[in-house]
Amino acid sequence: MLGFTALELARIQFGFTISFHIIFPAITIGLASYLAVLEGLWLWKQDVVHRDLYHFWSKIFAVNFAMGVVSGIVMAYQFGTNWSYFSAFAGSITGPLLTYEVLTAFFLEAGFLGVMLFGWNKVGPGLHWFATIMVAIGTLVSATWILASNSWMQTPQGYEIISGRVVPVDWLQVIFNPSFPYRLAHMTVAAFLATALFVGASGAWHLLRGNDIRPIRIMLSMAMWMLVLVTPLQIALGDAHGLNTLKYQPAKIAAMEGHWGNTPGQSVPLILFGWPDMAAEKTKFAVEIPHLSSLILTHEWNGQFPGLKEFAPDDRPNSTVVFWTFRVMVGLGVLMLLLGVWSLLLRYRRTLYQSKPFLRFAVAMGPCGLIAILAGWLTTEIGRQPWVVYGVMRTKDAVSNHSALALSTTLLVFIVIYIAVFGTGVSYMLRLVAAGPADISDSERHGSHQTQRPARPLSAAPDDVDPTIDLPESEDR
Amino acid sequence: MGIDLPLIWAIIIAFGLMMYVIMDGFDLGIGILFPFVPDRDDRDTMVNTVAPVWDGNETWLVLGGAALLAAFPLAYSIILSALYFPLFLMLGGLIWRGVAFEFRFKANDSHKPFWDKAFAWGSYVATCSQGLALGGFINGFEVKDAAFSGGVLDWLTPFSLFTGAALVVAYALLGCTWLIMKTEGELQRSMIKLARPATLAVLAIIIIVSIWTPLAHADVANRWFALPNMLFFAPVPALVLATTWAILRLLRGEPHVGPFLFTLFLLFLGYSGLAISLWPNIVPPAISIWEAAGPAESMGFTLVGALLVIPCILAYTAWSYYVFRGKVKPGEGYH
Repeated sequence: MLGFTALELARIQFGFTISFHIIFPAITIGLASYLAVLEGLWLWKQDVVHRDLYHFWSKIFAVNFAMGVVSGIVMAYQFGTNWSYFSAFAGSITGPLLTYEVLTAFFLEAGFLGVMLFGWNKVGPGLHWFATIMVAIGTLVSATWILASNSWMQTPQGYEIISGRVVPVDWLQVIFNPSFPYRLAHMTVAAFLATALFVGASGAWHLLRGNDIRPIRIMLSMAMWMLVLVTPLQIALGDAHGLNTLKYQPAKIAAMEGHWGNTPGQSVPLILFGWPDMAAEKTKFAVEIPHLSSLILTHEWNGQFPGLKEFAPDDRPNSTVVFWTFRVMVGLGVLMLLLGVWSLLLRYRRTLYQSKPFLRFAVAMGPCGLIAILAGWLTTEIGRQPWVVYGVMRTKDAVSNHSALALSTTLLVFIVIYIAVFGTGVSYMLRLVAAGPADISDSERHGSHQTQRPARPLSAAPDDVDPTIDLPESEDR
Repeated sequence: MGIDLPLIWAIIIAFGLMMYVIMDGFDLGIGILFPFVPDRDDRDTMVNTVAPVWDGNETWLVLGGAALLAAFPLAYSIILSALYFPLFLMLGGLIWRGVAFEFRFKANDSHKPFWDKAFAWGSYVATCSQGLALGGFINGFEVKDAAFSGGVLDWLTPFSLFTGAALVVAYALLGCTWLIMKTEGELQRSMIKLARPATLAVLAIIIIVSIWTPLAHADVANRWFALPNMLFFAPVPALVLATTWAILRLLRGEPHVGPFLFTLFLLFLGYSGLAISLWPNIVPPAISIWEAAGPAESMGFTLVGALLVIPCILAYTAWSYYVFRGKVKPGEGYH
């Protein structure tokens, strides 16, 4: 398809399905903690606004959780169908970590999720809050297992290779590998940020439409405080993560910076924009700031770090791509910081809920946390190429023996199904957001007449919002 | 220490797979029966009988996939890459019907027929591809240097097409008898009428598979027909006949729980028959569970979590079936 090789198609397929998947867990992680905070505030201050917000966001949480479960089923199988040599070689480490993630998720689903979504009137307030907190912790534990597995593939340790396959010798070393703490912190905070931007955009959207009620104001205000507090933290974590990557995966950093080689005694400039050309081995049209890369990556005025030319051509990741995905992530981070600072300024002037340009900016930033997460993952995953287990197994040796034709067929079907299914799911979530907190908490008070089951998180969402996207042809069916 | 970790894990995975087949079997069966039940209220009742439990059923599928990777990475890599297409179709079908199932509740009346069709189609695709995968699995895989070396369509044989259709019939019978247990009145009567031919069809399928596999695979024939094995395994076919007879007899009276329980037993017998045929191979025709096993460090580490959590999942599952026992009346969900 389009001249791609089977290996490229397999990578695109994995990238496509996991990119769709990661959106939902990221929001699940953020919303679960947000809900735990909201319920805590309700118990502490007994202000109904927090309770109403809790009910509003818990419906959206339920739909989002269900989408995450459904899109995750594919991931459990894809390692075997498309990356069979990788599975046979390293399944002894990634398999147990994945199994623990599944066990954690199901343990959570079996117990606390049901109480959280359906137990408001059935258990005491303290126990209900406990269930919400356990769900929030559960999402973080799930993320920990998955990121341990991914980080091990980036910076493997604690294993031996015995008769052609990986054998774990020290599980603590496997899990707490060098890049794991940085990746875990960076991703968890990214999930919080993405959720804050989503919640903030929802509030701003309602305010722009004149729906100026207290829960909406509080929604926006809390989201902006989160942004102000967490964006600087995220920038610091990103910096630390970058230094860790420089230590363990210097080729990735060189590719991210479009940095090809050093001249003795000279500093490395930061290339703001440019076009890294893999064939010409240089970055064209570079707009540079002198000394800045030295300063950021070595914390020295004239510090040097390896350039791409110091690695064999076969060991170089694609600089053209990761140079730009990295800049998209960082650029969005700067915009988040700007949004936060602007919100502080408006708070000081007491026009946070009135400033139209600010509210429009907040709406536009709604999906940007998720886009930044995707850009960041593209950077780290494409940047570790050509390795699937860094320095141990190459991606080309990991892929199953499927033809380009077979992979194109499945990829096309995946794209159609995913867009139909998750497009409907996302549009349904957005309709719930648009319905607003007042309406939904009304129906809550009057008692719901629908079937609600813990095993079916979607049943926590109201049945009176139709999820069907109206296509011209679906009308006459 | 004489702990046989591969054996323990083979039992856990076989158990999980059986839980999946039995439990997702009857709710896939509901979708398969949709074309035979045109009435919208009846369809609502059918869906309401599985609404409280269906999502938990697919738990076992994900757990099975992850556990296979953890315990038998070699089997996982060979089987899944060999069965790429049917598994891919199965996942597509399951996602599609799962979401259709939920959105069916939320759609208004003009959109409902669309989600009804989506639910039925997804159920057929998922079931059929499971059957195709099963047929391909029984036929075995071409393996060279510990990797699948066959073609992408190797699984597509007359036998796998037969098992694909066979599983549709088997799940339809599960769905039928489940509804006999969970409903009453006109819907229950129409299910009783459908159950009789379905039972006979399942018996015919078991007989055909029992003749086809030993004819095609000498190992399987030796396993069953050599003495003294033949004497040990003789109860299996005898029990199959007795169980079928019991189902047909129960259907003549005023059936309730009986046909469903006997159908479960019938499928369990079929499953055991397959296990007898293939044992101890996890990748037919030649790789045993001990050869495919991952390192003991991986199996032991994962076993701790599995032994802690699987009993919780089982207890929770039993509890939710207990809570939602009894008949579902038309126009009534669980509240």
